Amino acid sequence: MIEIKDLHASVDGKAILKGINLTIGAGEVHAIMGPNGSGKSTLSNIIAGRDGYTVTKGSITYKGKNLLEMSPEQRSWEGIFLAFQYPVEIPGVNNTYLLKAGVNAKRKHQGLQELDAIEFLQIVREKAKLVELDQSFLSRGVNEGFSGGEKKRNEIFQMAVLEPSLALLDETDSGLDIDALRIVANGVNHLRSKDRSVVMVTHYQRLLDYIQPDVVHVLMDGKILKTGGKDLALELEERGYDWVRQEAAA
Amino acid sequence: MSDVKTEHKPESFTNREYEAGFITDIETDTLPPGLDEDVIRHISAKKNEPEWLLNWRLEAFRHWQTMTEPHWPNVTYPPIDYQSVSYYSAPKSQADGPKSLDEVDPKLLETYAKLGIPLREQEFLAGVAVDAVFDSVSVATTFKGKLKDAGVIFCPISEAVQEYPELVQQYLGTVVPTGDNFYAALNSAVFTDGSFVYIPKGVRCPMELSTYFRINALNTGQFERTLIIADKGSYVSYLEGCTAPQRDENQLHAAVVELVILDDAQIKYSTVQNWYPGDENGIGGIYNFVTKRADCRGQRARVSWTQVETGSAITWKYPSCVLRGDDSVGEFYSVALTKMHQQADTGTKMIHIGKNTSSTIVSKGISAGFGQQSYRGLVRIAKSAEGARNHTQCDSLLIGDKCGAHTFPYVEVKNPTATMEHEASTSKIGEDQLFYCQSRGISEEDAVNMIVNGFCKDVFNELPMEFAVEANRLMEVSLEGAVG
Repeated sequence: MIEIKDLHASVDGKAILKGINLTIGAGEVHAIMGPNGSGKSTLSNIIAGRDGYTVTKGSITYKGKNLLEMSPEQRSWEGIFLAFQYPVEIPGVNNTYLLKAGVNAKRKHQGLQELDAIEFLQIVREKAKLVELDQSFLSRGVNEGFSGGEKKRNEIFQMAVLEPSLALLDETDSGLDIDALRIVANGVNHLRSKDRSVVMVTHYQRLLDYIQPDVVHVLMDGKILKTGGKDLALELEERGYDWVRQEAAA
Repeated sequence: MSDVKTEHKPESFTNREYEAGFITDIETDTLPPGLDEDVIRHISAKKNEPEWLLNWRLEAFRHWQTMTEPHWPNVTYPPIDYQSVSYYSAPKSQADGPKSLDEVDPKLLETYAKLGIPLREQEFLAGVAVDAVFDSVSVATTFKGKLKDAGVIFCPISEAVQEYPELVQQYLGTVVPTGDNFYAALNSAVFTDGSFVYIPKGVRCPMELSTYFRINALNTGQFERTLIIADKGSYVSYLEGCTAPQRDENQLHAAVVELVILDDAQIKYSTVQNWYPGDENGIGGIYNFVTKRADCRGQRARVSWTQVETGSAITWKYPSCVLRGDDSVGEFYSVALTKMHQQADTGTKMIHIGKNTSSTIVSKGISAGFGQQSYRGLVRIAKSAEGARNHTQCDSLLIGDKCGAHTFPYVEVKNPTATMEHEASTSKIGEDQLFYCQSRGISEEDAVNMIVNGFCKDVFNELPMEFAVEANRLMEVSLEGAVG
């Protein structure tokens, strides 16, 4: 699905990523863990195409194409989705309207007929149930006045509608109480399929109790220092991160 | 090695070709440039005006000569030579005034059709009557007959002077006196045409009324005068649209609009102003210096001004409400867009005189490119205005870093029972908002449009449906290529 090779990137001249190598196959769920400031969010932002990051070395190949040459909207059309850590509010822009514009831009790109309002509403109503999002959210402004948990549910709802092939969940568990976490995780689990890869960026093992990863990576100091199975997450929970650095240095 | 960083270039703000910028090639009867009493006599004679109106004009002119151009607005432009402007221009074919649409010059019909305003009644939106003003004269008014059946008078003001002189004399200049301000005085001296509306007691006007203003002739000013009277218990919704050809010279537009609202009556006045804004280097464009005022004379009278201001090189305009009658209500909803080198100093005045009067101000300003915009508003609560209420919300949105937004709110409260609320915000289109939309598959340009339209939603919701669509479209045109 995606192959990242020796990726170096900086923000305002400061090196953040220092040689990331990561390959994710179709249908796989990977968790990327690591302490604050290790570059986890930078990595997901670069994959999604956010401004303000300079890739100084390395490559990202997605479905055989050079991802770094694509605009963020092209990446979305090609099936990349980022669930934001802090979803922004866009006052006055209807939640459903935004999604419909996104879905139809993608369909246009794929040479498919655009969906009309009625067809789209049917899809949207169906998907909203997945994350137990009340219908009233569909017609509200994008994230306008949503609580933290509602914003995160809205992100997963959008993921369900956009049906990505690679979903990046950036600290989707942060700020969620236990019930909201269960709802969000159920939503993601429903969306798991053999054609869809998921990357979860998280601090805590808690999320991984609900969404079981195939592979766990530890990102520290701009590099992936260790890769393992889901047991690695439990070990990190117990022992912290320092031992990983010591082991890598040894 | 690949650089994913992109820059936003405000220099690349461009105006997609101004769609209304064409010129109609038509033979005109145009006065040579210059302004003196003879010119005023000439205009008055052309319109076959009664003596009192000529004297009214001359008085305004004499007053105007003693006044100086206001320089307090936050706009800059080279001095205007008022003697280099022509104060009257009319298509020759209209000289005798067409009796019906069949007599209107086909070239004029074509002009309005091109602007999306078909004047043939069977082609037009069934619910809207149109008065079309071309340079200094009204060329056609539709649905006059149907309106007459309801008792509604809707005609060019020059015709009203002939047909309903007592109504015109009773109300003209009573809301905006001849000496009110420099441009109002100039307008009173030289106004040529505009619309006149009278809604009789208890009548709900059966359709939307609209006037479409077009400046065509070179080097000509347009000085229209609109007078609307809503008698007791009546209602009317009035729309106004404006365009002008693309020319390198600046052109002057100094209009006066007077609204009179009696007991329990309501006027809803909506404007979509799309005068030629000048080119991307700030050359050309209309100077839009307008005085609009509503006088809620009766109890429980209501007025709402809704304006979408996207055109003109310079806008100087404060549609105001004088809330004289007890329990009267004034509303002002505004979206103003300044892009390229446009400048706007706009806002409103709410003058509370009657008891329990209430007013609402919602102003949304968008600046892009090198645009400069000021919101200037006055809320005055007179001593007599027991229990008056005002709510003001004033938001600015900046696109790029070469534009500016300024706010000058004035509040004068002379009665301690007043309730005043003021909210204000200034924001930039967030890079994070743009990225959020893009990551959902929406292009950067579409995302800007979406965010801007969302920002304007509270005001667009107030527009009649026909205009809301037009307003959305205008904002789109104007922002195209706004981000590079």
